[in-house]
Amino acid sequence: MGKVRADAGPFARRPDNSAFKQQRLPAWSPSLTPYTVLPVFYFLALVCVLLGVWLLITVQNTHQLKIDYTDAGACATCAEMRNDPTKAKMNCDCVINFNVPKTFQGDVFIYYGLINFHQNLRRYIKSRDDDQLVGRKNSLKSPSSYCEPFAYDENAVPIAPCGAVANSMFNDSFTLTYHPPAGAAVNVPLYRKGITWYTDKNVKFRNPSTNTTLQQAFQGTAQPPFWQKPVYELDLDHPNNNGFINDDLIVWMREAAFPNFKKLYGILNRAHTTFSYGLPEGNYSIAINYNFPVQYFQGRKEVVLSTVSWFGGQNHFLPIAYLVSGGLIFIVAIVLTAVYVKVGRSGKNMEE
Amino acid sequence: KSDLSHFHVVLDQTRIRNNCIMTSKYNIITFLPVNLFEQFQEVANTYFLFLLILQLIPQISSLSWFTTIVPLVLVLSITAVKDATDDYFRHKSDNQVNNRQSQVLINGILQKEKWMNVRVGDIIKLENNQFVAADLLLLSSSEPHGLCYIETAELDGETNMKVRQSLSVTSELGDPNHLAQFDGEVVCEPPNNKLDRFCGTLYWRECKYGLSNQNMLLRGCVLRNTESCYGLVIFAGPDTKLMQNSGRTKFKRTSIDRLMNTLVLWIFGFLVCMGVILAIGNAVWEREVGFLFQSYLPWDPPVDNFLFSAFLSFWSYVIILNTVVPISLYVSVEVIRLCHSYFINWDRRMFCNRSSTPAEARSTTLNEELGQVEYIFSDKTGTLTQNIMTFNKCSINGRAYGERHRAQPLDFSTWNPLADRDFCFYDASLLEAVKVGEPAVHEFFRVLSLCHTVMSEEKSEGELVYKAQSPDEGALVTAARNFGFVFRSRTPSTITTQELGKAVTYTLLAILDFNNIRKRMSVIVRTPEGRIRLYCKGADTVLFERLHSCSHDVMNITSDHLNEYAGDGLRTLALAYRDLSEEQWAEWAERYRGADKAIDCREDRLAAAYEEIEQDLMLLGATAIEDKLQEGVAETIAILSLANIKIWVLTGDKQETAVNIGYSCKMLTDDTTEVFIVNGHTVQSVREDLRLVARERMMESARTRDGGKEVETQWAPPTSVLESISGEFALVISGHSLAHALEADMEQEFLETACACRAVICCRVTPLQKAMVVELVKRHKNAVTLAIGDGANDVSMIKTAHIGVGISGQEGIQAVLASDYSFSQFRFLQRLLLVHGRWSYLRMCRFLCYFFYKNFAFTMVHFWFGFFCGFSAQTVYDQYFITLYNIVYTSLPVLAMGIFDQDVPEQRSLEYPKLYEPGQLNLLFNKREFFICIAQGIYTSVVLFFIPYGVLSQATQSNGVPLADYQTFAVTTATALVIVVSVQISLDTGYWTAINHFFVWGSVGAYFTILFTMHSSVLFNIFPKQFHFLGSSQNTLAQPVVWLTIALATVICIAPVLAFRFLKLDLKPQLSDTVRYTQLVQQKKWKPGGRAALGRLGRGGSRRSGYAFAHQEGFGELITSGKNMRLSSLALATFASRHSASWIDTLRKKKHNPHSTPPTGDSSPAPSLVLISETNTF
Repeated sequence: MGKVRADAGPFARRPDNSAFKQQRLPAWSPSLTPYTVLPVFYFLALVCVLLGVWLLITVQNTHQLKIDYTDAGACATCAEMRNDPTKAKMNCDCVINFNVPKTFQGDVFIYYGLINFHQNLRRYIKSRDDDQLVGRKNSLKSPSSYCEPFAYDENAVPIAPCGAVANSMFNDSFTLTYHPPAGAAVNVPLYRKGITWYTDKNVKFRNPSTNTTLQQAFQGTAQPPFWQKPVYELDLDHPNNNGFINDDLIVWMREAAFPNFKKLYGILNRAHTTFSYGLPEGNYSIAINYNFPVQYFQGRKEVVLSTVSWFGGQNHFLPIAYLVSGGLIFIVAIVLTAVYVKVGRSGKNMEE
Repeated sequence: KSDLSHFHVVLDQTRIRNNCIMTSKYNIITFLPVNLFEQFQEVANTYFLFLLILQLIPQISSLSWFTTIVPLVLVLSITAVKDATDDYFRHKSDNQVNNRQSQVLINGILQKEKWMNVRVGDIIKLENNQFVAADLLLLSSSEPHGLCYIETAELDGETNMKVRQSLSVTSELGDPNHLAQFDGEVVCEPPNNKLDRFCGTLYWRECKYGLSNQNMLLRGCVLRNTESCYGLVIFAGPDTKLMQNSGRTKFKRTSIDRLMNTLVLWIFGFLVCMGVILAIGNAVWEREVGFLFQSYLPWDPPVDNFLFSAFLSFWSYVIILNTVVPISLYVSVEVIRLCHSYFINWDRRMFCNRSSTPAEARSTTLNEELGQVEYIFSDKTGTLTQNIMTFNKCSINGRAYGERHRAQPLDFSTWNPLADRDFCFYDASLLEAVKVGEPAVHEFFRVLSLCHTVMSEEKSEGELVYKAQSPDEGALVTAARNFGFVFRSRTPSTITTQELGKAVTYTLLAILDFNNIRKRMSVIVRTPEGRIRLYCKGADTVLFERLHSCSHDVMNITSDHLNEYAGDGLRTLALAYRDLSEEQWAEWAERYRGADKAIDCREDRLAAAYEEIEQDLMLLGATAIEDKLQEGVAETIAILSLANIKIWVLTGDKQETAVNIGYSCKMLTDDTTEVFIVNGHTVQSVREDLRLVARERMMESARTRDGGKEVETQWAPPTSVLESISGEFALVISGHSLAHALEADMEQEFLETACACRAVICCRVTPLQKAMVVELVKRHKNAVTLAIGDGANDVSMIKTAHIGVGISGQEGIQAVLASDYSFSQFRFLQRLLLVHGRWSYLRMCRFLCYFFYKNFAFTMVHFWFGFFCGFSAQTVYDQYFITLYNIVYTSLPVLAMGIFDQDVPEQRSLEYPKLYEPGQLNLLFNKREFFICIAQGIYTSVVLFFIPYGVLSQATQSNGVPLADYQTFAVTTATALVIVVSVQISLDTGYWTAINHFFVWGSVGAYFTILFTMHSSVLFNIFPKQFHFLGSSQNTLAQPVVWLTIALATVICIAPVLAFRFLKLDLKPQLSDTVRYTQLVQQKKWKPGGRAALGRLGRGGSRRSGYAFAHQEGFGELITSGKNMRLSSLALATFASRHSASWIDTLRKKKHNPHSTPPTGDSSPAPSLVLISETNTF
């Protein structure tokens, strides 16, 4: 009950004299001094402004063109048709003309943009089955419950790919035509492949393994209710671009973080001599196979043409943010210097 | 199996207990359920359990269940492991105790039995130095009269021995055979925890015998100096008084704890508000947009309208936002406190070499409160003083001896073989005087060797051990011994001494005992030559009144000497003698016997008789004894005062002693303008003293000092004036006045006056009053109190104060057991408070600030994202990030800061005691600081959301692929968050040890490692659904634009913080900043700024009377009766124990006597001493 004391000399219970136990670990104790803080502020200001200027110049050299075609020109009729449930399934095409004021030099990327389309809703993001999309046989036939109500069709046939994300896949298609000042109109050739992340295309999305055709692999599954074609016939031109590894599907399945977003549709094929330097200035038209209804939720659709620089597409936010922060930091640095000179010089306050 | 057939014990409870004790809480089977049940009584744990249940509802679950269960399990298991370890040790000690052997009388034969098998009604035999196994009724003992001696250190902390006596009827049952025939019946009170009380009746052979505590041996005592004894088990096991006393002590919480709980509640409120806002947002969104969006995303089946959806969304957001109240907060706080406690245990500078005792943090939950202490309540004896008296100086026949002329102490051993080697004296002239044979000097030492109640023990020839009931008396007798007047032995009627090598035996005629009123004691002896002489020693004030007129010259000189000694804080006694003629003696002896035999008013009549003979004394001189302070007490008190800590001394000692110690430990100095002594016995007088005299004088002095400000002062309310008074006042209040002052209607007044004084000394207080004073300050002052003491009488105060400190390594462990911290020297207090406490507070505050900041920065991003994701409770981050953020990515750096951070080195904390002030004012973490942290966290979350939003919503990779996808955004924001909070902790860390480096860099490294692992194809191929962020980090972090975004976010988050800190440093530097700065700038020409104020610690010059005589009456009687002669040392110890055990009773007794402790101040020459006492009682 009592404390048993070790009888091993008077210092048996003396604590060790280690730096750790005596809290004397060698340490660096930095403190804020004018000689460290002020230079840091000026340096930060300089770096931010320089970066901002550099980025701004870079951004000025990129081009971007947005064409909202939701109900523009000829597409207005299509928009109405899509709004009318009775005509929802009817095919509708429309053409929109536009002008490219300045040559888009270099690689040109064609995007489709959606406004007010929420791919970031919690239940929407969850409504997919990654097991199925990676080609697991079990999941193909019994999709995850997260896909509800797009897991099984009315006949209880499993849907592949299941879920709200796949079901709502964007299915307008575009054909871009260049109308040179002289000569006949030229179809703008697009790469419709290689528009995804490498990991998505090669790891994350796999077709169910099969020895026979893709169609057989998907036997016993139904297409998502909003789709016009089954998943194995998404790209009739390229047999390898079908099923879950279809580029458009993969692009769509990478959900956008914000309700206004754009997704890559194609890349200008510069093999054609007319377009070897990019997209020449002039008149263009775009033929749209108008399928995707957005009027329900007051959405808009647009086509975006853009070139990129080393740090990506046109993006004014970053350079301006850098310039503004650089400027603010500079002002703060001057204020701090003034305060230091007037009040805190040589630690006047410090020696009270 | 036992002799139950012969007798039985009747208990109020019918059950018969065995002696097995169980202090452990769990066994292997019950551990899990019981421990979990206990843990879930914590609100926080239950809250997280509730969250977990919410997460299991699919419609609500916005996060996977493991984001909550992983931290919860971690937290629960850490606590469980701690509890299990604690319980394991309890099991071990239980086993050890339960398996001790004892001898039980079974069928007339003594048999060995384990303690646990001892039952109520058994008769057991105890041998010397054995622990008492259960609460026993002492039946018989090997000593005469059925006496036996016990030590009760484990029960009440007193190491001195107490005597217990069996009933005379049972004491005759000496041997086992007789005992086996014993068939008594005991009826007694039910088990209780009163250690000093027992009442019961023994029925035996048709007789009734009353039983009291005097007949009981309680479990936990140790039998001492008694060969053996037999006892009847009355209470066993959990019914014993020891076990009944081991109740759980009240759990102390720190103010930070309370603040934290309030803040957590506020955060809950905040959480609900956020949830409501987002739920309303969800309702609006679902009505306006979601309803239309239904073709793409139909509502889940149970949801049929936007309101229901909003309701679900509220709960979903409660789940997501729960990280503002992080589950790891409480565990981290505990870990930090535990580490701080270890630092205290490990501190070599709080290790006492002499007693080989390290400091010990017995409570691990109070550390940061050590940095906020405002009031210290200190015991005196054993805490401030060592309770060691040394004979320092003396004045003999008008000549002063004892000046320290030489460094070497005198060597007595060559001259006097019986000298005590430990005795030190430096003045050779006194020794010369003895050798020369000056009669006054001889007589002086003869008084010392004869007039006392010391018992001697001579183990071998020349090896004398004195047992003195008070240390000052021991010092005096030892002094006489070394100067050649060796007290060797005594019998009831003789005293044998060895005077300068020659054995002399005096016949002891009478001992005129000491008491507090008489303040003197005398002996009347017959010298071998046949003369009768009275030797007297006592307080100078008392003795000088009774001197013969021819002693006046000596008296005047001695009086000067006495004043000098008192000025040095020494305790003084005057010595005198008187020759008596045979007739005088015979006449007086007659009267004395008459008074002694008187039935009523015996004490008064004895006192009158004493008074009669103690007249016409011849003054011999005076002694000066130093009540040795503990090492460094004065310095410690000075430093603590500079740190704005108020020190109150609460002592059971007498007023004069207490005031004396107050001077010697520099609580009272000559700068003290006035010392108010409140000594009244009635409510009115105490009130008057407190209000009128004390306060008016304070005001007066404030007015005279302020001069022109007089008008203002008058207009201000009195309290504020009192608070503004900075004069050096001191208050001395005695126990009986305190009893009135602590009454409900006066306590406010007392507190105000006391708090306006720089020093407060309460003397003659009971343990309960100590606790009441602490409680009073605690209740009204909203300040952190610390009580420090060493004895059992300090326990209540130690338990009441916010922090209790026990002085260990001395007698008694009771105070230590009740304390939160223990160490063996008072001076360690400065280190405990100014270094450990200050650091703990600083670290805890910094930790909490950062902790709330990082969690708000982390969580509020979800709130902003809510406005973009239709308030659907989509998280911004990957679920693994949410799980690991608090327990892996950000926990260790802040923990390292909370454990190791130092703003200034430890020496500086002691050099600049003012550094302690922020803690007292609670500046480093309060509601304001909390809101600043929260604001910073919210600002950071805004930046962390909107900068990536602004950039990424437009941006594409350099290969044209848009960056606006959810996973890229999640990775970018998470990375930015980790980097920002890491930079922030780097800014906050003031002391970068290797461990800090390791944790900070390691956390960032761990983040990236785990990120890439989670996003690797290996894990994806195994669990595609769980690790669907495949490739996000590789794709995202390869983009320069992402890094530019992160860099921008970091700069925007950190730059303002840096600017604000710099401005604060420049415009309003804290003392710690200044200290750091000066250290940085003037490392070479450092001058000790803080020490300057300590410079004036020199000795004061004012003259004070310092009479002290820590005696207890009753010993004279004991000696003359001869009761204690056989076991002299033992018996002495027994009565010495009464000194501490029953001194309260003595005090209580004295309280009824209005003449107790008459003030000596009126005769005091000290001009600064103002005495306020109730004069009408005289």
